[in-house]
Amino acid sequence: MLKIENLHVRVAGKEILRGLSLEVNAGEVHAIMGPNGAGKSTLGNVLAGREGYEVTKGSVTYNGKNLLELEPEQRAAEGVFLAFQYPVEIPGVNNTYFLRAALNAQRKHRGESELDSMQFLKQVREKIKVMQISDELLHRAVNEGFSGGEKKRNEIFQMALLEPRLAILDETDSGLDIDALKQVAQGVNALRSPERAFIVVTHYQRLLDYIVPDFVHVLADGRIVESGDKTLALKLEEHGYAWVGERGAVAEARA
Amino acid sequence: MSSPFVQAMVAAAAAARLPGSGIAWLDAARRESLDAFAAAGLPPARGVEAWKYTALRTLEQRRYALGDAQAGARAVAPETWTLPGVDGPRMVFVNGTFRADLSALDALPAGLTLVPLSRALAEDAEPLRFFLTRMFRASGDAFARLNAALAADGAVLRVAAGARIAAPVHIVHVGAPTEAEIAWHARCLVELGEGAELSLVEHHAAAGAAPHFGNLLSDVVLRDRARLALTVLQDADAGATLFRRAEMRLGADATATLHALELGGALVRHEVHASLDGDRARFDTRGVFALRGRQHVDTRLSVEHRGRDTAGDALWRGIADERARGVFQGAIVVAPGADGADAKLSNKNLLLSPQAEIDTKPVLEIYADEVKAAHGATVGQLDERSLFYLRSRGIGAAEARSLLTYAFCRAALDSLSNAALAEHLGTRLLARLPIRGED
Repeated sequence: MLKIENLHVRVAGKEILRGLSLEVNAGEVHAIMGPNGAGKSTLGNVLAGREGYEVTKGSVTYNGKNLLELEPEQRAAEGVFLAFQYPVEIPGVNNTYFLRAALNAQRKHRGESELDSMQFLKQVREKIKVMQISDELLHRAVNEGFSGGEKKRNEIFQMALLEPRLAILDETDSGLDIDALKQVAQGVNALRSPERAFIVVTHYQRLLDYIVPDFVHVLADGRIVESGDKTLALKLEEHGYAWVGERGAVAEARA
Repeated sequence: MSSPFVQAMVAAAAAARLPGSGIAWLDAARRESLDAFAAAGLPPARGVEAWKYTALRTLEQRRYALGDAQAGARAVAPETWTLPGVDGPRMVFVNGTFRADLSALDALPAGLTLVPLSRALAEDAEPLRFFLTRMFRASGDAFARLNAALAADGAVLRVAAGARIAAPVHIVHVGAPTEAEIAWHARCLVELGEGAELSLVEHHAAAGAAPHFGNLLSDVVLRDRARLALTVLQDADAGATLFRRAEMRLGADATATLHALELGGALVRHEVHASLDGDRARFDTRGVFALRGRQHVDTRLSVEHRGRDTAGDALWRGIADERARGVFQGAIVVAPGADGADAKLSNKNLLLSPQAEIDTKPVLEIYADEVKAAHGATVGQLDERSLFYLRSRGIGAAEARSLLTYAFCRAALDSLSNAALAEHLGTRLLARLPIRGED
């Protein structure tokens, strides 16, 4: 589904990703862990198409297409979804209006009929239960005045509604208490399917107790320095990122 | 040597036969105003702060005919003025001329007087003497002087003390196509007696291409405890030149609100001068201008706090696209002795294109004690983070821009209590926002 090869990305003149390679297949959950400043958020942003991220080398192929050539809205319509680390507050734009506009824009792009408000509300009702989001949040402006937990739950709710094929969760666990974390994990697990892939970016192992990954990768200095199964996350928890740094240095010296 | 604009106006005045001519005090007032206008002309290109951002060089070169002799017969479809939520008494002017056939003035509610100025002058001019002999020496405003000299019609609206007029009154100024470029000058008088209540809609609309010069001067007086909800929808022809000046006086405990949406016109100047004379008078203003092409729209708001414990909250938003230029000059003056004044002024603007320009100048002048005053003004672009957030959910770039721009302006219209009208203004605004290709 997704193939990232030797990706180099500069942000504001500084090289953040330095030869990142990753392959994700449908149905898989990949966790990407790493210390602060390793380039974790850069990966999510560059996949979603944010401006200001300059790809200097490498390629990203998504379902056979060059993902980097697509506009952010085209990527969304093709099934790429980024759950933001810091969801943006947009005063004056009603949450429901926003979601319907987004869903219909994606449907239109795919040649599907647009949903009228009745059909749309029916879908909302189904998804809202899973995320335990109150109706009241739907009628507010997008993320405006939402608590940190509400913002993150709203991201997952949007994901449930938009039904992406590749979902990237950028530190969705940061700032969440354990109850909110469980709700977010529950929402993600409900969406796991053989057709859908997840990239879960996190600093802490804790989230992976609830969203159990198929693969764990360690991102350091702009590239993946270690890959393994879910036990790798536990090792990291035990030894800390410095351990990976040492191993990475050793691997580099050997190469 | 005076400019073609001034020459044409003075020549037209000599040939004009205005309603009420022959009334000695009115003739004298008109003559004096015209002489003052002819002597001073239009404001010079430099050196006058009030006109710093609006150049009149192009206007100086234009010669307009005075009035439209065919105005009484021009076809204007009702769609031109129909507004949701506005179905009360209606007074329609086409190219400055009152049109009884298009107006709805039968069965006015008790306590409401609404007659065209031309008829009021013919019937009994004396009650208008105070307003019409007021000289614009102090303000020195060229367009007010011109209006005082040449106004041929307008609305005279009075609400009796204690009368509460439920249905909004709709005053429409329609620009209709003519053979020649014409100028019209309209004078409106609005007076609310003690404790009177009124909702008034001033509406500028176009029935086809009408690159006219319109000049509207309004006096609005609120006696003690009167309440006025004023909405201005300026949707004039894209080629129109429009100068509007409203002078408002508020007595004790009087409350006025203004919601203004400026969409049309090529060159527009909108001045609102309010004097909060009585204690606890309150004047809240909300305004939006949305400009494109080469439009130039200049809003000048001045609120003077004179009574004690007066209040004013001004919230204005502006957006300019393409090569348009918007100007907002907002002045709050707290006069000596006007203690306890509470004044707020916020003006935020969005530039949607690198060629657009918005100038904003908030001014606070405070000569009293114990005053709460705050002001802020910004000019910026759309927030890139918000734009990316919307796009990352599948909303196209153009639609995302429109959505954010609309949201930016929306706050200014939300407080309009006439929900149907507020929604219509929102729809009109949305329709004006740029929908352009990917950029």
